[in-house]
Amino acid sequence: MKIGVFVCHCGTNIAATVDVEKVAQEAAKLPKVFFATDYKYMCSDPGQNLVKEAIAKHSLDRIVVASCSPSLHEKTFRICVEAAGINPYLIEMANIREHCSWVHHDREKATAKAIELVRLAVAKVSCNRPLQKTYVPVEKRVLVIGGGISGIQAAIDISFAKYPVVMVEREPSIGGRMARFDKTFPTLDCAACILTPKMVTVAQSKYVTIHTYSEIEEVTGHVGDFTVKIRKKSRCVDLRKCTGCGACFAKCPVKVPSEFDLGLGMRKAIYVPFPQAVPNIPVIDRRNCLYFKTKKCGLCKKACLAEAIDFEIQDEIIEQKFGAIIVATGFTQFDHSVYGEYGYGKFKDVITGLHFERMVNSSGPTAGKIIRPSDGKEVKDVVFIQCVGSRDEQKGMSYCSRLCCMYTAKHALLLKEHNPDSQAYVFYIDIRAAGKNYEEFVKKVQDEYGAVYLRGRVSRIFEKGGKLIVKGADTLSGSQIEIKADLVVLATGLVAQEEAVKLAQMLHIPYDKNNLYTEAHPKLAPVETITSGVFLTGACQSPKDIPDTVATASAASVKALGLLIQDKLEREPLIAKVDNKLCSSCQACIKACPFNAIEPEEIEDRQLKRKRIVAKVIEGVCAGCGNCTAVCRMSAIDLEGFSNRQIMEEIEAL
Amino acid sequence: MKYAYFPGCSLHSTAKEYDISARAVAGALGIELLEIPDWVCCGATPAHLTLHLLSLALPVKNLLAAKKLGNYEVATCCAACFSRLKIANKFMEDDLEHRGNVEEIVGAKYSGEVKVRHFLDILVNVFGLKNINQRVTKKLSGLKVACYYGCLLTRPPEVTQLDDLEDPHLMDDLMKIIGAEPVQWPYKTECCGASFSLTKTDIVLKLSGDILQMAQDEGAQAIVVACPLCQSNLDLRQGMINKQYKKKFNIPVFYFTQLLGLALGIEGTKLGLEKHLVNPLPLLREKGIIAKR
Repeated sequence: MKIGVFVCHCGTNIAATVDVEKVAQEAAKLPKVFFATDYKYMCSDPGQNLVKEAIAKHSLDRIVVASCSPSLHEKTFRICVEAAGINPYLIEMANIREHCSWVHHDREKATAKAIELVRLAVAKVSCNRPLQKTYVPVEKRVLVIGGGISGIQAAIDISFAKYPVVMVEREPSIGGRMARFDKTFPTLDCAACILTPKMVTVAQSKYVTIHTYSEIEEVTGHVGDFTVKIRKKSRCVDLRKCTGCGACFAKCPVKVPSEFDLGLGMRKAIYVPFPQAVPNIPVIDRRNCLYFKTKKCGLCKKACLAEAIDFEIQDEIIEQKFGAIIVATGFTQFDHSVYGEYGYGKFKDVITGLHFERMVNSSGPTAGKIIRPSDGKEVKDVVFIQCVGSRDEQKGMSYCSRLCCMYTAKHALLLKEHNPDSQAYVFYIDIRAAGKNYEEFVKKVQDEYGAVYLRGRVSRIFEKGGKLIVKGADTLSGSQIEIKADLVVLATGLVAQEEAVKLAQMLHIPYDKNNLYTEAHPKLAPVETITSGVFLTGACQSPKDIPDTVATASAASVKALGLLIQDKLEREPLIAKVDNKLCSSCQACIKACPFNAIEPEEIEDRQLKRKRIVAKVIEGVCAGCGNCTAVCRMSAIDLEGFSNRQIMEEIEAL
Repeated sequence: MKYAYFPGCSLHSTAKEYDISARAVAGALGIELLEIPDWVCCGATPAHLTLHLLSLALPVKNLLAAKKLGNYEVATCCAACFSRLKIANKFMEDDLEHRGNVEEIVGAKYSGEVKVRHFLDILVNVFGLKNINQRVTKKLSGLKVACYYGCLLTRPPEVTQLDDLEDPHLMDDLMKIIGAEPVQWPYKTECCGASFSLTKTDIVLKLSGDILQMAQDEGAQAIVVACPLCQSNLDLRQGMINKQYKKKFNIPVFYFTQLLGLALGIEGTKLGLEKHLVNPLPLLREKGIIAKR
């Protein structure tokens, strides 16, 4: 056995705190180590060549790279040594960056620790055995979860490549948040004019199947071979028979506040959320429908000439296989009722940006008139408050929601266009207008549209004499401000969907403390997750405006297509293996497995001359987490690449 | 029901009537208030402006004295005392470094074990509105009051843990139970100018003037407070406010204990009503709460 050790400086990332030359010298003295050296950037082209040349020159057969975390460059070096003729599983990474140089200051102690880490890796690699990659077939179909602009763009991109796509949307129509917007910044394109053609494209594509009013029930399997159960909730309207004529909701006697218009307008108990809905097929809201409440009425059914309405239609569960999944579930608005100073959400004339968006929309509940929701009067003085729920560790989220500065500027502009006598006041912390033509747009709103920008927070809003009194600070002039406003618009931040965690657990993808989905790498794998085959797009990962959302949608599509075009997929061989002789069939591993990758199997025990049950690992599903090896009392189940022997060897080397 | 009572300096001087009425109400309800022997200043505003450790050591000294009385919670009426005692407790509970320093100064071990409550909190949340209701003999019907909480009762919320931060309602609830009509108004926790009363009186005249104006605009005939400094700024300075801003405010400013006392049938003379600068008696007579001459 000839082990080679390669110590990386990582520029000054490691070398500033760790004496890398000394680490290499000490490594060379370790048993079985035949060669050791250091280099400035081991992952660079010359660095990799250095490894390859050393392998050839010294006939090395196992390699230790002392550099960064294996999650960053293990793959790089596996490919590198494979090219040099060594089995890619005969390398080990000693993480002397994240686990050492980045977290220590004392050079001497850090160097000693780095040497120890290398010693462990050498001990481990000496027990490694060559492993072979496994291959699984690929189901040539993509699931897109979410039918907003993000999911729509992803579905369109995939359908262009002529692969089938299934889109699942929870609401009765696709379109998402963008369908509610009036105009988009900074170009002031009408949102509907750029979105609805895309909605039609996706609906008409022969490669795309859309399930609206549907939810994901269960996801099993793995990359290339996911099995997904989709619940198609009953609309009580037969999609094949309905002509979308609208006679049903014209007759419906029940009126309830419209969710689409955030309660600013009304809808019926049988309704399409908005006129441009795709599909343009109504749904019965069972909670409010008289037929479901009292078994009386049924007016809509009588009105339907196509006989499409059937109160007895039940939910339907569809099970389908997919090769890749794109998550495009979007965001929801921060609930501002935690802000006592803004009235705990009790004042009718304190609205959110999305309410404003509906009002200013010519096809919205007020037909484009900006009015006070309390009394319907036209507004003159409007106060906009930014960072509501964003950049607020006390009551909201610590992060910046990124688009509120821009949509507020847009609202101030639209206000002036709709009500020329109006005046906009914007309270802000900082103006974050980092995007193409964004800063120019904000400047235009200030200079040409006369919006008054006040740097400071609002301390209190209260109603007095039919007006909202807004008290705040202007920190630039150092004065207190009091504005008598007709309307206050809160730029509420973007937060994760309420059911984000439930879906993440189904998909086995990680999420952060804000329930936003976590990408595999913030810079180098921004649309991937650590669960291969599951990709992210749009605001379910972090707040994004429309351009960024569309960009990530296309990026995720490319990643998914990259999987689909392969005949078969490589699977890492770092999975659990059962030694049938030792297995006592206690089945503790089956309970411990979070991936449902272990099942009981009946085998013929030749020694005992009878049949018995043992654990069996389903190779394609096992993710190599190692939970099972920890719970196995008989040490019958072992993890390739992290075998009990390898770990023991490391511990003994300490 | 027994409490270690910390009156604080105001209740022995400018806010004597708060002390008198609190004791009268406690007596009527059977709540025993044992005054902490040899209590000292809570530190109020000056201590924490002078030396942080002093602002913790002074309340801790008082809390240690309360501990000697027995296993009682501390009751206090003054919002500043309440705040200083609670803040000291918070530091002694959570902050080992400060705890060590303060223990060295006071020469005793203490880790925030003596709990502190505002008298309003005791009445509403411990004694209970239901029980108070049963003892009410005279409803204060027709008296429209603005309940004014000031800055310290609810802030900082993680320390005081009393009522809603922006829209408190404990006093409103109490006033409703005794038959008064609390008005809905937005200035419940606005600043009255606090201790600027002595150093920059102008500020107090402006801020307290705004509060009086808002109370009047919203239809209040009187203001109810739970803080001696609030009372002093709104009552004592009302004349100067009238002069400065050419107003004719004549708004009595009661302690909640005084109105509760009246509702419990305690005579006005035993509640220190005569100690206010804005004479409340005409209003109380007009509403039939006290007998007409």
